[in-house]
Amino acid sequence: MGDGAGPRSDGKSKSFFAQNPSALIFIAFLAAFTLIVTLLSEAYGVGFLSTSFVKTLGKTLCLCLVALAMDLIWGYAGILSLGHMAFFALGGYMIGMWLMYARTEEIVVQALAQGGLPATPEEVSQGIATQIFGVVGSSDLPAIWAFAHSLPLQLLLALAVPGVLALVFGWLAFRSRVTGVYLSILTQAMTLALALYLFQNDSGLRGNNGLSGLQNLPGLGDASQDLVSVWFLWASALALGLGYLALAWVVSGKFGSVIRAIRDDEARVRFLGYAVETYKLFVFTLTAVIAALAGVLYYPQAGIINPAELAPIASIYLAVWVAIGGRGRLYGAVIGAAFVSLLSSLFTSGRLPDIPLGPVALNWVDWWLVILGLAFVAVTLLAPKGIGGLFDRFQHIRPPDRKGAALGPNDGALQEQEARE
Amino acid sequence: MSALLEVSGVSVTFDGFRAINNLSFSIGPAELRAIIGPNGAGKTTFMDIVTGKTRPDAGRVTFGERSISLLGMNEARIAREGIGRKFQRPTVFEDQTVEDNLILALKANRSPWAVLFWRPKAADMDRVQALAEEVGLGDQLHRKSGELSHGQKQWLEIAMLLAQEPRLLLVDEPAAGMTPAEREQTTALLVSLAKTRAVVVVEHDMEFIRRLNCRVTVLHEGSVLAEGSLDHVTRDPQVIAVYLGRG
Ligand SMILES: Nc1ncnc2c1ncn2[C@@H]1O[C@H](COP(=O)(O)OP(=O)(O)O)[C@@H](O)[C@H]1O
Ligand SMILES: [Mg+2]
Repeated sequence: MGDGAGPRSDGKSKSFFAQNPSALIFIAFLAAFTLIVTLLSEAYGVGFLSTSFVKTLGKTLCLCLVALAMDLIWGYAGILSLGHMAFFALGGYMIGMWLMYARTEEIVVQALAQGGLPATPEEVSQGIATQIFGVVGSSDLPAIWAFAHSLPLQLLLALAVPGVLALVFGWLAFRSRVTGVYLSILTQAMTLALALYLFQNDSGLRGNNGLSGLQNLPGLGDASQDLVSVWFLWASALALGLGYLALAWVVSGKFGSVIRAIRDDEARVRFLGYAVETYKLFVFTLTAVIAALAGVLYYPQAGIINPAELAPIASIYLAVWVAIGGRGRLYGAVIGAAFVSLLSSLFTSGRLPDIPLGPVALNWVDWWLVILGLAFVAVTLLAPKGIGGLFDRFQHIRPPDRKGAALGPNDGALQEQEARE
Repeated sequence: MSALLEVSGVSVTFDGFRAINNLSFSIGPAELRAIIGPNGAGKTTFMDIVTGKTRPDAGRVTFGERSISLLGMNEARIAREGIGRKFQRPTVFEDQTVEDNLILALKANRSPWAVLFWRPKAADMDRVQALAEEVGLGDQLHRKSGELSHGQKQWLEIAMLLAQEPRLLLVDEPAAGMTPAEREQTTALLVSLAKTRAVVVVEHDMEFIRRLNCRVTVLHEGSVLAEGSLDHVTRDPQVIAVYLGRG
């Protein structure tokens, strides 16, 4: 398990699952989880879990998927992107446009039909525009809504827009060999710029109102949210499962070896003949598209999206989840995202009672961020492998620790101290 | 015999300091060459120029039969043209196994798509096994290379260079950190490699150079001070003055 690079047999290639036992275990867990939640749901089971909690679980699966993408770009390729939640939110916006348009269209057509005469297409589109853009004092459909009537086109855009943005941004950044903390700052600046742009009323995406009512699926009549929540849970679980398998396949082969090598010593990789910048661009764009896919599934469950979702802090949270779960191993990212985001929704729900501490009270909503921050610092300093590192304990994998002794049996061997210089 | 690598009139300035000054150098397709010179003479910088890490301010660097210019190319492109480089300190990917390191270096299509779909064939794994055995790591394939001794890392890096099948090999101070026995093995290997390709060795150690038994180029303050057999250059009064005289 460890790095996902299982031992390769000499000559014979083992099956994918023999090489990646963690993938099999993960899929089994995910399937069991989905089944149990379904059986406990209101729609298909005993009704033990409320529909809103099923939605929370479905959203959590989407966060796990974007955490997988973050792990690939950061944990494996060593690029600390602080922009991947922007790609996630962009995907959400793109699918939100179709959801809002198609749903509004249904309402407008219904309303016009009550007038007796069949409505003309102009009347319908005018009605939709007024409905959607009334809040920002406009009654025209902006040009970027040109494809909002079509689910396939808008789905395509949901992946293509973040993908192309990542491609262009990454090309500019990697080409000039921006690395390390400067690259992180650059990705954060991109996120911030995008958020500020979307906050404007004339951005064409309803400014700070964002898009809402996304939980209502057009064309399904009035399928209850009880049902819809479980459907989205299934879709999210499927996407997470497929995403996990795909990424496990990517990192277990030579490609994974190259990107980990880039993380550890990119100059050396160049001298081996690999175009490091092209690899970075490849991974950056691929993970942006995965993040967008996660966003496409997340926002119909959240029901609303607004520019605050693109705030740089969201991407920082993403990095924190992956760090706490354990970088450089896929299941670590999933565990981190699930664990921290579920805890986070518990602590910020306001349902936990305050703890009185003499003159002040410990209010969980206020203090959760502080606790999370401390946990992050503690993990970084004390357990850099995160929660995932616990699994190494079980398997007795230990890093070489020679307590400063010579690095090998040879007389010419360096001391550990020397080698670290 | 036409040259494989031809460097002519190259100069590099770092913040006003001329590290390489009108340097010319050439090497044939199957030749062993040693480069010596005091610290700061520009030996590593010379390798940086040939491998594309440093852009010269002036001069030409051409490679191969068709004498293509290396100057517009990036490091990866130059490596793919067939120039391999071994660094002063062993640089292997410590977090990965010996086998992974060798597979990374194995000559193959380097484009991301090709690499994504690459899966080891029996021939590849045989080659990896053979390379590992050649440098005495045949039974270490599944160990993380970070666990190897310093000397073993040097050998792994050499095996990685062989896996690349370069036409020109640049080796920076290979003997550093090696035992006398390992040094002897290294010289033998370098000599045999140079039968089929060009090998440039930078080294301080005179005994090591003597055993290589090849033409020597003496660098000083960024240009060639003398060139010829070791005996020839060690008799050169200029060389004695700037280098050997100081011990
Ligand atoms: N990137 C750099 N920036 C500034 N000075 C450099 C750089 N690289 C090398 N130098 C200088 O150029 C000279 C030659 O260095 P180098 O090629 O490393 O010498 P050596 O022959 O010992 O390998 C030295 O004086 C060194 O300080
Ligand atoms: Mg040097």
